[in-house]
Parts: sequence; C-alpha cells; structure tokens
Amino acid sequence: MSDTLIAAAPVRRQVGAARFLRRNIRIAIGGAIVLLMVVLAAAAPLIAGDPNAMNPMIRLEAPSAQYWFGTDNLGRDVFARTLYGAQVSLAIGFSVAILAIAGGILVGLPAGYYRRVDAVIMRVMDGLMSIPAILLAIALVALTRGGIGIVIIAILLPELPREVRLVRAIVLSARERPYVEAAIAGGARTRKILIRHILPSTFAPLTVQGTYVCASSILVEAALSFLGAGVPPSIPTWGNMIASAQLYLGIAPWTIFFPGVALALLVLAVNLLGDGLRDGLDPRLSRRQ
Amino acid sequence: MAGYIVRRLLSTIIVMVLVGVFVFLLLHIAPGDPAAIIAGDNATPAEIVAIRHQLGLADPLSVQFARWFWHLLQGNFGISIFSDTPVITLVGQRLPATLSLTALTIGFAVVIAVAAGVLAAWQAGGWLDGFLMGFAALGFSTPVFVVGYFLIYLFAIRLHWLPVEGYVPLRDGLWPWFSHLILPAIALGLAYVALIARITRASMLEVLAEDYIRTARAKGASSNSVLFHHALKNAGVPIVTVIGIGFALLISGVVVTETVFNIPGIGRLAVDAITNRDYPIIQGVMVIFSGAYVIINLLVDLSYALIDPRVHY
Repeated sequence: MSDTLIAAAPVRRQVGAARFLRRNIRIAIGGAIVLLMVVLAAAAPLIAGDPNAMNPMIRLEAPSAQYWFGTDNLGRDVFARTLYGAQVSLAIGFSVAILAIAGGILVGLPAGYYRRVDAVIMRVMDGLMSIPAILLAIALVALTRGGIGIVIIAILLPELPREVRLVRAIVLSARERPYVEAAIAGGARTRKILIRHILPSTFAPLTVQGTYVCASSILVEAALSFLGAGVPPSIPTWGNMIASAQLYLGIAPWTIFFPGVALALLVLAVNLLGDGLRDGLDPRLSRRQ
Repeated sequence: MAGYIVRRLLSTIIVMVLVGVFVFLLLHIAPGDPAAIIAGDNATPAEIVAIRHQLGLADPLSVQFARWFWHLLQGNFGISIFSDTPVITLVGQRLPATLSLTALTIGFAVVIAVAAGVLAAWQAGGWLDGFLMGFAALGFSTPVFVVGYFLIYLFAIRLHWLPVEGYVPLRDGLWPWFSHLILPAIALGLAYVALIARITRASMLEVLAEDYIRTARAKGASSNSVLFHHALKNAGVPIVTVIGIGFALLISGVVVTETVFNIPGIGRLAVDAITNRDYPIIQGVMVIFSGAYVIINLLVDLSYALIDPRVHY
C-alpha cells in the first residue's frame, strides 16, 4: 500500500510537457465545442427549419433521416429547436458574464480602494449572496413578467457579489505593492492609479471567473425556463423544451435527451475552458489543482 | 474565542436584516402598486383596498419594513393569498419532505465526495484520478433536471427498480420513504459531490506535500494512517468551508428537484407560489432558505476550532 502513496510524489514534479499538453487540451477541447455551438447557433436559420412550425401529423416521432432529433408533442422539429435554443443559452451566458465582469470592476474597484465605502458595500454583497440565487431570480421574473432582459438581470444580480469580492481582493493586495505605492508617492491621481496601475491585474482572474459565470448562467437560465419563470415559452430554449417534454419522458425520451445533452455539453465545454484558462493564466493556482 | 463568536453572531444578524431588506424591497420597488400585485389580476378594487389596509401601505416604507420584520421575528410570515392559510403553517406541512431530501443528500454526498477526493489525491495523475475528476467535471456541468429525468427514465421507467416520483412520509415505512428519495437525492447531490470532491482533492494534495507527511511516512505509518489520520485532518478546514458554501447549490437544486420528482416540499411550494403570484409565500420561503444558508455557514465558521486546534480566533 505504502509504495502507491509514495508514487504520488513525482507527479508534482511533472510540470513539463505532459502537464502543459493536458492544460492546453482542456482549452482546445472546451474552446472547440463552444466555437462549434456558436457556429451552429448562428447558422440555425440556414441548417434547420422553423423551430415553431407545428405539424400534428408527426407528433412524437422518433429520430429519423428527416427529423434527426425526432419531433415533440406538437410535431415540432427537435433538431431545429435545439439549435435555436443554443442561441438563447449562448446569448444569456455571454451577456451575464460580460455584465458581471463590468459590474465587478465598477463596484469592486472603489470597494477595495476606499476603506469607508468598503464595509457598506461588502455587507450589502454578503446579504445579496445569502439569498438563494434561483429564488431571487424567480421572484424578479415573477414580479416583472419576464422577458429575456429581465432574465439576464435576474441571473446577474445574485451572481454579482462573487465578482465584486474577487476584484476587491485583488485591489486590496495590489495597493500594497511597491509599484502602486510608488505611484501614490509620485502624486498620481487616484483615478489614474486605479485604472492604469491596479485595473490590469484584475484582467486574468476576471477572464477565468467570466467563463465560470457564463457556465453557471447557462445552467440558471435553463433551470428558470424549466420552472416556467424564465424566457417566455414561445421562444425555444433548452429549459423550455425539457419542461414541455417532461410528460412524454416514457414514450419520447429524445424530446428531453437532445436538449439535455446539448445543455450539459455546452456547460461542460465552458467549464473546461475555464479550468484550462485558470491553470494557464495563474500558475500559482495550477500547482494546487 | 467568545469575542469572535459575538462578532460573528453580530455580522450574521446584520446579514439577515439585509436579506430582510432585499426581500421586502423586492415587492415594493417593483413597478405598480404592491397591493394590486399581491391581490392578483382578478382582484376587485375592494380586495385591493383590503390588502392595502392589511399591509399598512399608507405608512412610511421604514415603518412598514420594521413591522414586517418584527412579525418575521415572531414567526409570522404573513398569510397566503391563494389558500388563505398562514405561510408558516404551509411551510411546516412541507418541511418534512424537504428536510428528508436535503439531509439524505448531504449525508451521502459528503461521504462519497470526501472519499473520492482523498482517493483522487492519493492517486494524483493516475487513471483513477483522471476518471474521478472527469466525472466531477461532468457532474458539475449537468443540470439537476437533466440528471433527474435520465435517472427516472433508466431506473423507474425502463428497469422499474424505483418509483417514478412522489414522496412518502417516514411514518409509512422506512423503505417506501427511502425508495422515493434515492433518485432525487442522487440528482440533487451530483453537483454538490463534484464541488466537495474537487476541493477535497486540492486540499489533500497541498497537505500531502507537507514535511510532516514525509515524516509520518518515514517513520513507517501505513497509507491509511497517513491519509486519514495525518492528511485528511489537516485538510479539513477548506472541505468543511465548501460543504457550507455549497449549501447554496443544494437550495437552488431543491427547488428544481422537487419539481422534477413531484415532491411536496418547500421548493415546490415556492414554485407553485410563483404560478399563483402568491407573494407572502415567495417572501417567506426566500427568508427561510436564506436563514438556513446563513446559519449553516455560521456553524461552519464556528466549527473550525473543533476541526483544527491550531485555529485561534
């Protein structure tokens, strides 16, 4: 037994080619799948037919040469709906990620730099973080009667504290660095210190965090749509598709299988990309993982 | 220690008040008259006036909030609009199902996740590590409802091993209760297991590189003793921390899981309340779930000293 334990030790020294390859393979595979999904989603109108066209003659048909992913309970083409669903998932994932990064910078920079606002902002963030994200999102959507914009805000709001905390932590450590102290001693204006000297050190961690936000936003959007508190049912999304297919699980499993697999695959790819970027951009973290 | 506990309790109270402010404001900053929103689309003007009177909407916002929060502290969560029953009664009826599901999930998830994380760290770089961490990545990326329907299709519809959906109280027998909860607990726990396993592995790897581990090995301690006695104990703080933080994942998951498996729990209560736009229930469930999250993380923080005697507050 004990020799297997000892065998674990050399792995840590194996920092060379094997590790490098593994790290980049994750970025390559994750990136390729995400890219493929983006292309398929963008080309949906060219590849697939109308995702909302109903045909009662072909209800719940199994996958065939004509309908690759089969048809659903209203005789709609599951393949077309899955492709169009990718558009919504990608759009929401990317929008929330970009907004969360921007919000994290806007709120986190002053929180980390000015002691006085820090305590207030961080307590508000703690409170916001303690509310279950999905319930907050559901309540927001229910109160305002939905739409994609509201769904984006509803996913963004509970997510924001994480990015604010991240930026704040970076600012706190950066302002103790000699180059920032030198800039302060040199009489640089606060805005210039924040933007020119501190902001750049947030880019790498925020890029990594942004991919994770993208992945979790896609999951939350799907869950919201599934619960009927997300994107309106008239728009094909993976969550909406699964929600309307749940009654037919026993007789038409493909109506759930294809959007479900697409969803898991996209989220896995984005997470892989994030893991790869994290190890690539922050060597200190990669030693630990 | 006592000073730390007092400070930690104080900040918990502040956070809960803030949660209360958010949940309260949610209804009041939304466009439209809160009374009209609460009354719903089909309410008569008289009903709206009655609700406005009941909520005391003519008072300043701060007075309204203080009153609402004071009632909360006394366990008065308001009255459901749809069923005209106190929210706390409805929550009480639904509590056993949700507690059963979450307790079972946490129990099995923590054991499996810590074992998998220790195993992966022990075999770091090997095929078992690759398999376990690949599985964790998949578990972390697959939504609860996709896992849930997959499990239902395989184990309930195709194999007929387990019931498709529903909940049976414990008093109706251990097996009926348990068999209805197996699939939901797996679906709910998968992401939680993945999260804890990854942190356990990372934390163990860090500890396994320490000098005292080399010393323990050098003096001839067995693998098991080194892994569990020397390493896992020292890797405990990050693991317990993520068990607490990951509880948020479970809360979101409960809402979805109870819908997939048709379990009459608190999550299901919240989802039904959304359909009926029953705001006192939505507010009450949000406060209760947030409170559970905050309290669990308070307990986690306070447990550090028990796990690791080196921790001094």
